[in-house]
Amino acid sequence: MYRSNVLVCGGTGCSSSNSQEIMRRLEEEIKKKGLDKEVNVVCTGCFGLCSLGPVVIVYPEGSFYSQVTLADIPEIVEEHLLKGRIVKRLLYQETIDKDAIHSLTDTPFYKKQKRIALRNCGVINPEVIEEYIAMDGYSALGKVLTEMKPEEVIQVIKDSGLRGRGGGGFPTGLKWSLAAQNDADQKYVCCNADEGDPGAFMDRSVLEGDPHSVLEAMAIAGYAIGATQGYIYIRAEYPIAVERLQIAIQQARELGLLGKNIFDSGFDFDIELRLGSGAFVCGEETSLLASIEGHRGEPRPRPPYPAVKGLYGKPTILNNVETYANIAQIILHGADWFQSVGTERSKGTKVFALGGKIKHTGLVEVPMGTTLREIVEEIGGGVSDGGKFKAAQTGGPSGGCIPSKFLDIEIDYDNLTEIGAMMGSGGLIVMDESTCMVDIAEFFLRFTVDESCGKCTACRIGTKRLLEMLEKITGGRGEDGDIEKLESLCHYIKDNSLCALGQTAPNPVLSTLQYFRDEYVAHVHDHHCPAGACKELTIYRVLPEKCIGCTKCARNCPVGAIHGNVKEHHFIDMNKCIKCGVCMENCKFDAIVRE
Amino acid sequence: MQKRISTLPFQGTKEQQEQLFKVIDENGGKNGSVMPILQKAQEIYGYLPIEVQTMIAEKMDVPLEEIYGVSTFYSLFALTPKGKYNVSVCMGTACYVKGAADVLGKICEVLGIQPEECTQDGKFSITECRCIGACGLAPVMTVNDDVYGRVSVSEVEDILSKYE
Repeated sequence: MYRSNVLVCGGTGCSSSNSQEIMRRLEEEIKKKGLDKEVNVVCTGCFGLCSLGPVVIVYPEGSFYSQVTLADIPEIVEEHLLKGRIVKRLLYQETIDKDAIHSLTDTPFYKKQKRIALRNCGVINPEVIEEYIAMDGYSALGKVLTEMKPEEVIQVIKDSGLRGRGGGGFPTGLKWSLAAQNDADQKYVCCNADEGDPGAFMDRSVLEGDPHSVLEAMAIAGYAIGATQGYIYIRAEYPIAVERLQIAIQQARELGLLGKNIFDSGFDFDIELRLGSGAFVCGEETSLLASIEGHRGEPRPRPPYPAVKGLYGKPTILNNVETYANIAQIILHGADWFQSVGTERSKGTKVFALGGKIKHTGLVEVPMGTTLREIVEEIGGGVSDGGKFKAAQTGGPSGGCIPSKFLDIEIDYDNLTEIGAMMGSGGLIVMDESTCMVDIAEFFLRFTVDESCGKCTACRIGTKRLLEMLEKITGGRGEDGDIEKLESLCHYIKDNSLCALGQTAPNPVLSTLQYFRDEYVAHVHDHHCPAGACKELTIYRVLPEKCIGCTKCARNCPVGAIHGNVKEHHFIDMNKCIKCGVCMENCKFDAIVRE
Repeated sequence: MQKRISTLPFQGTKEQQEQLFKVIDENGGKNGSVMPILQKAQEIYGYLPIEVQTMIAEKMDVPLEEIYGVSTFYSLFALTPKGKYNVSVCMGTACYVKGAADVLGKICEVLGIQPEECTQDGKFSITECRCIGACGLAPVMTVNDDVYGRVSVSEVEDILSKYE
């Protein structure tokens, strides 16, 4: 029994700001003070507040230390752990209210969250199976194997209203029952951990912070549909998640929670890992299965759906990581409990990865039906650097943007689809007035052009042409009629592509056109970028009233485009200017503007 | 995405070949073993030149075009060698919004090569990578295992000079 537990985030965000080293030093320092029998250092998964990393929490007080550096460690150990005095200057500011110190769960970032999928992330040590078991881990599997029939399991999942969290929103229970209906000598349960949307990292956090929750859910799914083999297809870009999964699978096998005759019920189930190799299209189900089989990850037409003919031609179910992370809780607490959270047609919670120009970048889990305003302004702390909210982008390269007029929309699958955006896997990128919507559309298109597998002409050539048209517009060469051509090509690609990648690739263009058409018009007709983001359409200008003639800009200009005498107002020669922005960075008087 | 194919001569060793054959012997018979074997092969050689693909195809008794098809499909399979220091810039949305493209441009300028290329002396190579999930630190660049967050264009030269 330890009197204090020091939790250090070992997620990818905090690891890249050196949390592994911080953990080592903490242990060292604690030992030096002779506290190693009383104080325990635990490496956990992600706490969610990645922008404040590396994060250290000390229990039982619940003191939340943010942006901890190696130099701070002796002070934390000496003051807090030895003398019991909380080091106030290192605490997360929002936990301090005058003299009182709040618990982390009372801060705006956490208060509105409801953690089901992330329940154990940042709480347990993901590399110790006993910690998961202590949090009711594997008791859902035990309950299913000893008390429930497979069809009862499926019924509970159906009744819960759980829908696929990977983006499509297909009812999970229905998917399972389709696979259960098909008789076959072998069936498979697969997990889609090929989280490819730029800006989304909830699956990674679940796998890093609570890998057993996914293993347990897959075993439950296996029992429900009659499968004995599972595969987790995970992207190789997530080395920490891969390692923790390997450890988790090994530990589960050792305790007999995977393998032969689990819980003495006669049920066999085992799981293998398969690593992706960096193909976004492999997030599409038929491509993913092709990739597990060792082929090029190209999609194939459906039907037959994987529930009928999937991996190696056998009935297969494929669910996303976050979907699986909900399963054990639904089994333990019942369908009614899960039903009670969320909106009419979208039940439960959704994890969002907040990114872009927002104060608290990180991971949040909120009930379905939470408004965008609550997420951005209350939980996310508002737009960073005092900017003004312009739009939020959801669903990555397949999704769309939500303009400020929809800030009060209740977020669920159907509402987002209705306004031309989509839930997607849950990436939520906030953009402010300095973001150009045409430029953003071009960015996503460049991504899809790279990632199109090349099977369908509409997608392979269509997205390329679409990108070229956007480049023409942002390059200041747009002409009358270009916007209409863009639109018709978008619809052509949507209608003629085989898989979701092609069908949704034009969404970023269509949704920015829908809400920010005036920006496209400004680019095409006035050759002007209102946000000042498109390099070729911007100019730099010296403000005569602010310039004092210090010559710093002229001395730093790499191409000698700035002229002017000492103590006199300077000029930029736009014929020479390469728009690198060095002058603006160097000016101490804010006398240079980009327009 | 078009893959760049190496023009530098192949310099595989006997030990590497033995390692590769051992991997194939261990995994070869299983269903869907092509991808794991290619991943291991890349770990052994650092990249997958046609010479390595040919060895795998012959040893596994799989047509070379199938191995070639898989190697060229996935972006993590490299057909050019990596430098001693691989500089990687995250091009995820969050990083892009915060100026990753300018950082990448500066790196290319300093090293005199384009992404997916390796300098003649074999020291540096550049890759653009997909979101590495450190969005809170955007824009992010990495040099091998060292991560640099909130990078500005003016810091690029200093960072690279540490690896001379």
